[in-house]
Amino acid sequence: MSRTFVLPDLGEGLVEAEIRNVLVKEGDVVREDSPLLEVETDKAQVEIPSPFAGRVERIHVQPGQTVKVGQPLVSFGDAAGASTPTRPAPVVAARAPAPTELKAAIAPPVDGSPVAATPSTRRLARELGVDLRAVHGSGPGGRVTDDDVRGATGKPPGTPPAPARAAAPAGPAKPLAAVGLEPPPLPKFEQWGPVERQPLSHLRRTIAERMALSAALIPHVTHFDKADISDLNAMVTRSFETAKQHGITLTLTSFLLKAAALALQEYPQFNASLDAGAGELILKRYCHLGIAVATDRGLIVPVIRDVDKKPVMELARELAALAPRVREGKATLDDLRGGTFTVTNIGALGGTGAIPIINYPEVAILGVARGREEPVVRGGQIVPRTMLPITLTFDHRVADGADGARFAQAIIRRLEAPETLFVEW
Amino acid sequence: MVMGDLVTEVDVAVLGGGPGGYSAAFRCAELGLETVVVEASKRLGGACLYEGCIPSKALLHVAAVLGEADRAKEFGVDFGEPRISLDPLRKWKTDRVVGKLSRGLASVAKAKGVQVIGGRGAFEDSRSIRIGGDEPQVVRFKHAVIATGSLPAEPSGLAITSERVMDSTAALEVPDIPERLLVVGGGYIGLELGQVYAALGSRVTLVEMADGLLPGADRDLVQPLSRRCEKLFAAIHLETKVAALKEVGDTIEAAIEGQDAQAFDRVLVAVGRRAVSDSLGLETTKVKLADRGFAQIDERCRTSDPHIYAVGDVTGEPMLAHRAMRQAKVAAECIAGRPSAFDNVAVPAVVFTDPEVAWCGVMESQARQAGRSVKVAKFSWAASGRAATIGRSDGLTKLIVDAATGRVLGVGITGPGAGELIAEAALAIETAVTAEDLALTIHAHPTLSEGLMEAAESLLHGGDK
Repeated sequence: MSRTFVLPDLGEGLVEAEIRNVLVKEGDVVREDSPLLEVETDKAQVEIPSPFAGRVERIHVQPGQTVKVGQPLVSFGDAAGASTPTRPAPVVAARAPAPTELKAAIAPPVDGSPVAATPSTRRLARELGVDLRAVHGSGPGGRVTDDDVRGATGKPPGTPPAPARAAAPAGPAKPLAAVGLEPPPLPKFEQWGPVERQPLSHLRRTIAERMALSAALIPHVTHFDKADISDLNAMVTRSFETAKQHGITLTLTSFLLKAAALALQEYPQFNASLDAGAGELILKRYCHLGIAVATDRGLIVPVIRDVDKKPVMELARELAALAPRVREGKATLDDLRGGTFTVTNIGALGGTGAIPIINYPEVAILGVARGREEPVVRGGQIVPRTMLPITLTFDHRVADGADGARFAQAIIRRLEAPETLFVEW
Repeated sequence: MVMGDLVTEVDVAVLGGGPGGYSAAFRCAELGLETVVVEASKRLGGACLYEGCIPSKALLHVAAVLGEADRAKEFGVDFGEPRISLDPLRKWKTDRVVGKLSRGLASVAKAKGVQVIGGRGAFEDSRSIRIGGDEPQVVRFKHAVIATGSLPAEPSGLAITSERVMDSTAALEVPDIPERLLVVGGGYIGLELGQVYAALGSRVTLVEMADGLLPGADRDLVQPLSRRCEKLFAAIHLETKVAALKEVGDTIEAAIEGQDAQAFDRVLVAVGRRAVSDSLGLETTKVKLADRGFAQIDERCRTSDPHIYAVGDVTGEPMLAHRAMRQAKVAAECIAGRPSAFDNVAVPAVVFTDPEVAWCGVMESQARQAGRSVKVAKFSWAASGRAATIGRSDGLTKLIVDAATGRVLGVGITGPGAGELIAEAALAIETAVTAEDLALTIHAHPTLSEGLMEAAESLLHGGDK
């Protein structure tokens, strides 16, 4: 019995596809699920596996040909394993992600007339991946408006298309529009096993949006280095008890903050925000540093003000007071706003380094991992030194690699000569 | 590829320098793509600028001036018999009109950094074009745009070698003013050039196979033009073929069906245009050709070869420069990764005769054939104040709307300035406005543009009854 395999429904309202490659020849014996054809749709290049095991009797298509759903692709002759005749195969392995999800299947226009919409609305629909023919037009004469199109994406009318644009602060002139990213549709995971859907908490959602915004908008560069903190460590250890008597828990973080603040005075472009709309760099004449704090609910970044003007002991006191407040969810909005630069210390959890995402709209973020004793060559001798891996991640639109390296050095220089953190230069 | 070939690597290679080609190249350059145009003549402009739209409109302007001067007798102004000097006329057309625009395009190309390579190009494969001539080289491209356009069709029965038998390109050179001119073809090219020569003083005989002039257009739109042609031309033979042409001494003898053999001083053959898609080496690519040699393209102007796009006349009807230019921008934007598509609803068509005939969108005859439910409103220029002041009450404005929604589907206009007036119709159709929108928009009085508003109003009032 001969069986014919037709172009399966490709989903997402697609009605046709172009044959890119025929991967089998007439006479070939193929196994079920072995690749048969590559097709390209408007949205993706897709490999179609054989739904049958058997001998390829006839190939009905050739590369370059456009075929409609339901059109015969390959006929199979008899071979082992009888299967249902003429069945469309599941489509797997979509390689190129679709720009956006189509919300509705194509409803062919009744009389072949074009959709009533202005050219700019039609362009918007293309940008958002909305099939206009499936959108109900609310305008006069059934005209589809911009709001109708946006409504069809599932977003409220009036929402600008790109999330990046939506979350960006209102600025004049040129918005950074090119970032507009709509996530491609997810596959139906249920086909591979049971799943569970969990709604995101408010904090998780905020983090997700801000991180996606930053990652999409800012070209990140990361510079790696190590600081020899043996002397700093010794100083912390020596002063620990004294500080304790003054009610201060002395930690490395307060020294990091101080070193960063002093280095920022030397390299003010890292204490800034880029106004892409105006084409200007906004240099901040104040130095409020954010410090990433892991909480049960997620990442929170409280801000310590005027770090450049405060002695290390004062910073340590503020840190000691702030961190528990943040962990208990008692931080005020003011505790969390106005940062100019962020320090994240993941050392407590181990690791040899991490590349953090810049806290938009800041320009840079300093990441430090765990300081470890390492064999280091000093004057031809191998000596044990405590080395702190640091990463400086910054916005390449604002600064170049050499600037980043110099700025990182300015921090390291201070960490390696901790006395400078007390005399401040 | 042969060792020693000069190889140029570019993002985009555009084959052909007409409106489709240069528009695609300019848009590509604007989008940051390194682009070259391969054009045999090494000058941008194509058939449109050198042997089509522009020179024909220059000559039609001359014809219009002659016609107006003649009509002025009606209101008591007599300029006397015109004296026509062909040398200054040709010089004006070639230098002041075509030359000026040609230099303008060259400077735009320079400003945008688009290089024009002079020579005939043919694909070697899906990624390269070999160019012969004075600048032999191979251009390796990431994407190519075929914009090779069209040439006048040469019906085999009439193919005789005589400089007295002209195609539109030759006729636009105005070699002389023939006493007796036979025009084969009653489409827009035959009518436009027939009117030019009639205005210059030729006795024009026009032969058309179909049962009316401008086949395809609604008959009521064509009627004022037919009447005018009946006055201007010595004879019009419809549903008639020219069986053969023969050079006899200084004349061409034409065997016109149903007529005695007639002698003409020149013959213009204007029976359509054919796509230029042969000898492009397309067999080395995956580009597929459809009927009549047209390149098959999708909505994004992409051919069946993923690296190669095609725009303009080579992709089929309607063969109009403005369609090519829009397609060109779509192709360029798609190459640059933008979500562009040729989704235009209306491509306006204009016949620049006296009177002009212009239409766009769905025509009444098409709607009737397709069984679509439409309402049609006509406004005769006999009721137009502006038409009366210019002595042209023979015009007509016609509006075709969807019966259910009132959406404007098509517009046809006949009369002086129809080619300019149709712009509003194109905007109306493209932006899906309703007849009510047109009726409620203030149109300046007294102008010919009021016709569209009047036609729309008559539909609304029809609804009130």
